[in-house]
Amino acid sequence: MPYFEMARLALKWALTKPPTTRYPFAPRQPIAGSRGQLVYTRDGCVYCTVCAKKCPTGALQVDRAQKRFILDRLRCISCACCVEICPKNSLSLSTDHGVPVASKEDAIYGGG
Amino acid sequence: MARTIIPFGPQHPVLPEPIHLDLVVEDEKVVEARPSIGFVHRGLEKLVEKKDFLEFVYVAERICGICSFIHGQTYCQAVEAIMDIPVPPRANYLRTVWGELSRLHSHLLWLGLMADGMGFESLFMHSWRVRERVLNVVEATTGGRVIFGTCKIGGARRDMDAAAIQNTLAQLDIIERDLGDITKVFLNDSSVKRRLCGVGVLSRQEAYESGCVGPVLRASGVAQDLRQLGYAAYPELQMEPITRTEGDSFARCAVRCGELLQSVSLIRQALAKIPPGEIAVKVTGNPNGEIIMRTEQPRGEVVYCLKANGSRNLQRFRVRTPTFANLPAMLKLLQGCELADVPVLVLTIDPCISCTER
Repeated sequence: MPYFEMARLALKWALTKPPTTRYPFAPRQPIAGSRGQLVYTRDGCVYCTVCAKKCPTGALQVDRAQKRFILDRLRCISCACCVEICPKNSLSLSTDHGVPVASKEDAIYGGG
Repeated sequence: MARTIIPFGPQHPVLPEPIHLDLVVEDEKVVEARPSIGFVHRGLEKLVEKKDFLEFVYVAERICGICSFIHGQTYCQAVEAIMDIPVPPRANYLRTVWGELSRLHSHLLWLGLMADGMGFESLFMHSWRVRERVLNVVEATTGGRVIFGTCKIGGARRDMDAAAIQNTLAQLDIIERDLGDITKVFLNDSSVKRRLCGVGVLSRQEAYESGCVGPVLRASGVAQDLRQLGYAAYPELQMEPITRTEGDSFARCAVRCGELLQSVSLIRQALAKIPPGEIAVKVTGNPNGEIIMRTEQPRGEVVYCLKANGSRNLQRFRVRTPTFANLPAMLKLLQGCELADVPVLVLTIDPCISCTER
């Protein structure tokens, strides 16, 4: 019955559990394999600077002499180039996308 | 009768992206439409001179937020053709699957926008509900929702294991069922038909002469689909272009509805035939040469022209996007239409302005 297609669809979904969630009261469940924010593990990092050279957006700065690893999260596009190239597996991507920041400085991680 | 100029855009409720039209109207009838673009020009073509050719894939993907994967794929195919890189068959199949998922979510986005443009809010929500499931499949298989980031020169950056393939196939069953529900409404509902049938008729000859591409061209009866050229894994998959002969807004909607189900079929075929093996080959050396590469995006044919001189940076990069090719047809459709039909006619070509302006 072509005339009642929308009515049928509306009725079906009126009797079905809503596909939406009550965000932010019910946080979104992360999907496995999602490319979220970059996670740096200091243990094992030899500050070889390969990740900084491979980063297509220049979000990473590594100072070998001072043993500093600086990540600008606002520049990072979560492409995982650094994760693939890191010889010590010190970098990984989490499924979490991080929290918003009030100023650009708050997004810079200098965990060296 | 006195003529009046009504500005339409760059900010308008039906426009997802900024384009400005000066509509010259006589009473309620549009006699001429003068477009002006350039609100979101980003100079991406110039950027090719500064970025390493391997890293430029990320820039190419960001030309458009909706057909991002196929932009990246086209760029990779162009560089691979210049450098004569043999892409592993598995990577070609993966590219095909992700390309079709990209087409699915693009067409669903358009169907939602079109329903919203004609005031059918509930249908808009249903279209985007289905799109959300497609985006979840994309996120599970590529890691990104809109920017896939899985194409690289020489192959693909991610593989799909057996579990991911099974999950995708299971989700496709649900998506196909939901697509059946909403496409029935688009194709049969009387209010949709009254709004779209006979509005903006583009004859086969006019569509061909205006240089239309994609669903706009196929809705006017020209069976041209660049996937038949045989790039990626398409030569090994069964597909026929979806065409209509009416050439009106309803036909363009019907072609996209048909292509949704066609994409589901293509993904199923690709996942059934996907061969084992490597997903990428090592790239050595720099490109040297010039090439034109064409692929079929959700909106139509995209043309990439690349010129390389043997260095790490390309010398010249030019993109002709499908919306750019469809703009002359849109202006032709607007001539003589009723003012109230303008939003439908602008949406009917599925305009992507950030693509057009690069």
